[in-house]
Amino acid sequence: MKRMKKTLALLLAAVLCLGALAACGDSGSSGATANTTSGGTDTGSAGGNPVFKLGGTGPLTGGAAIYGNAVYNAAQIAVEEINALDGVHFELKFEDDQHDAEKAVNAYNALKDWGMQVSISSVTSKPAEATSVEAYNDRVFSITPSASSTATTEGKDNVFQMCFIDPAQGTMAAQTIARLNLSNKVAVIWKNDDVYSAGIHETFLTEAAAQGIEVVSDTTFADGSDTDFSVQIADAQAKGAELVFLPMYYQPASLIFAQARAAGYAPVWFGVDGMDGILTLEGFDTSLAENVYLLTPFNAWGTDARNVSFVEKYQQRFGDVPNQFAADSYDCVYALKQALDAAGCTPDMSNADICSAMLAQFTSMTFDGLTGTGATWDGATGRVSKNPLVVVIRDGIYVAAD
Amino acid sequence: MEKLKNMNKTTRRNFLTYAFVIAAYIILQLWAGAGMKSSLRGMLVSICAYVVMAVSLNLTVGVLGELSLGHAGFMSVGAFTGVTAAVALQNAVASAPLRLAIAMVVGAIFAAIIGFLIGIPVLRLNGDYLAIVTLAFGEIIKTIFNNLYVGLDAKGFHISLLEDRTQLLEGGKLIIAGPMGIGGIQKIASFTGGAILVLLCLVVIFNLVNSRAGRAIMALRDNRIAAESVGISVTKYKMMAFVTSAAMAGAAGALFALNYSTIVANKFDFNTSILVLVFVVLGGLGNMFGSIVAAAALTILPEALRGSDKYRMLIYAVVLILVMLGTNSPRVRGFLEKLLPRRGGKKEGV
Repeated sequence: MKRMKKTLALLLAAVLCLGALAACGDSGSSGATANTTSGGTDTGSAGGNPVFKLGGTGPLTGGAAIYGNAVYNAAQIAVEEINALDGVHFELKFEDDQHDAEKAVNAYNALKDWGMQVSISSVTSKPAEATSVEAYNDRVFSITPSASSTATTEGKDNVFQMCFIDPAQGTMAAQTIARLNLSNKVAVIWKNDDVYSAGIHETFLTEAAAQGIEVVSDTTFADGSDTDFSVQIADAQAKGAELVFLPMYYQPASLIFAQARAAGYAPVWFGVDGMDGILTLEGFDTSLAENVYLLTPFNAWGTDARNVSFVEKYQQRFGDVPNQFAADSYDCVYALKQALDAAGCTPDMSNADICSAMLAQFTSMTFDGLTGTGATWDGATGRVSKNPLVVVIRDGIYVAAD
Repeated sequence: MEKLKNMNKTTRRNFLTYAFVIAAYIILQLWAGAGMKSSLRGMLVSICAYVVMAVSLNLTVGVLGELSLGHAGFMSVGAFTGVTAAVALQNAVASAPLRLAIAMVVGAIFAAIIGFLIGIPVLRLNGDYLAIVTLAFGEIIKTIFNNLYVGLDAKGFHISLLEDRTQLLEGGKLIIAGPMGIGGIQKIASFTGGAILVLLCLVVIFNLVNSRAGRAIMALRDNRIAAESVGISVTKYKMMAFVTSAAMAGAAGALFALNYSTIVANKFDFNTSILVLVFVVLGGLGNMFGSIVAAAALTILPEALRGSDKYRMLIYAVVLILVMLGTNSPRVRGFLEKLLPRRGGKKEGV
């Protein structure tokens, strides 16, 4: 009997521990999520501002967490700013999807139970493809900051993108290389099990051929083989490539730069928007990225007043320089506000009504944000049209290349 | 009721398991119609898929006694072939449940074929070696599907590896697009379909285990040399369990994939194999009912913990450890038996 008591006591203690942890989690999360919102709701109801429930999913844990956190952080800043202004206010809830379609749908359903009215969709492409189907069926208006595959918006009239689609980036990269006359002998290193990389690679090859650029070396890597690039670098070097195009995210790229320097190979490097963030990578020697060209929608060192204020706020609160994911997310929230204000939506409207009012706005309005001015959306495809920025890294900051 | 009492112990346990699944299905189905939360409703089909994965792996690990770390590979084969079949038959077969059934059968057949091919070299190995080879197998399957392009047009299927050389005719459709996996899947998987699959798998497993073949398989598990010496064919019976298990995983894969609009090969990686193994170990080796409960509970748990946000995965891990310790401790078992005095007396010695 004594033993049983002991066991019981242990069990009880364990349950209490769990409870304490759970409570921690709760207060922690509401500190992060709802802080902005509870404040917003108060001022909102006092001033009679309509408050909309804004939801989104993204990887807050796991390998892709850096993107999800950037989007979540920037969305928080945008919501805080908006809730201090007139017009519509937001209550933000952001759920973790671990960059997995299955968990993203679960996260979406949790947001649906919460009563989400408008959405910033999902951060990464495959989860966004899965959640956008749900959003389409439930008529929740969505605009994704960073899910750039074409399938995200295809066939879903109420899903829009703030970022460029992957194929467009490949085409724009080839055009830019030709326009700036960077080189005619190009090598490509890409990640063949990654949607983002494969999508850009495909259209880059097509457009490069059209622009008269010769692709002399075309090599790949995959998850799990992304630490040693000596073979790919040697191949590019042996075939005399003067420019290496890197359609990938910045972690593998940082290793490629270091290993190429060790091999004594110094071509012109050209990246796409996934390269953005390399300068803030922990432990990265920024001199390695000197003279790297990249296409990006956002320049954290831009001198525009809104840009400066956003970067300052972000640094103050989260300690790093915001990347394009953050900027796109910030723009998404503001674009939603602009459309909701213009459409005169109220929170008591049904999701379907809000959705159709928003559709009318998004297909007709012009939006000025951090990631480009005069952005418009194509109603049929949900794609954004704005001018990409070509920058080159000089002395550890971005400088416009043309 | 009197009949139930007179049955032999295994038969009674099996019938109670069937009854549990059917009751759970009826309750959940009624609840789904009457205000169940969307987060739970959205998980019903994937719970069924994971339950089938767990019971099928339990056949390999618990009944056959071989540790397999590549079970998600079979799920992957079933998912990709099953969805391909469903897409190809989109116009030919109008009825969605029928298409789902065909997809699951196709997935099961392909997974069984792959299971057989893998089984030839793999089942010559034992213990740790087998575990490592199945682990490698899972990675091979993942890599193949990450580089496979399958298109369908008026002329039939076009298949290419490494890059898209399918050159489809006008109106053709690229079904499997390498690293992009399969997109734009019509979600035809249903909870009813899933529940039927779970029941079918249970019928197959229980009948296999209680048959002559099943006793041979368990004899191999308990003492291979003794079993061989009385004339039991090692390869035949190992293969029988392994292929059956692979086929069920294939059907589960098809069910799982048809519940989402998109599926990528990276989903079925080592982590998924381990997750399923956790279901099996937690539910108890050879205990099908335990596998069902563990798979369902551990699928729901991370979602139920969403409220606690940042500590969610930590709590999940802590709960796993506690449950593992708890179920293995004789004290807790004794305590549970006291709570359930009805079963206490009849319980066989563990």
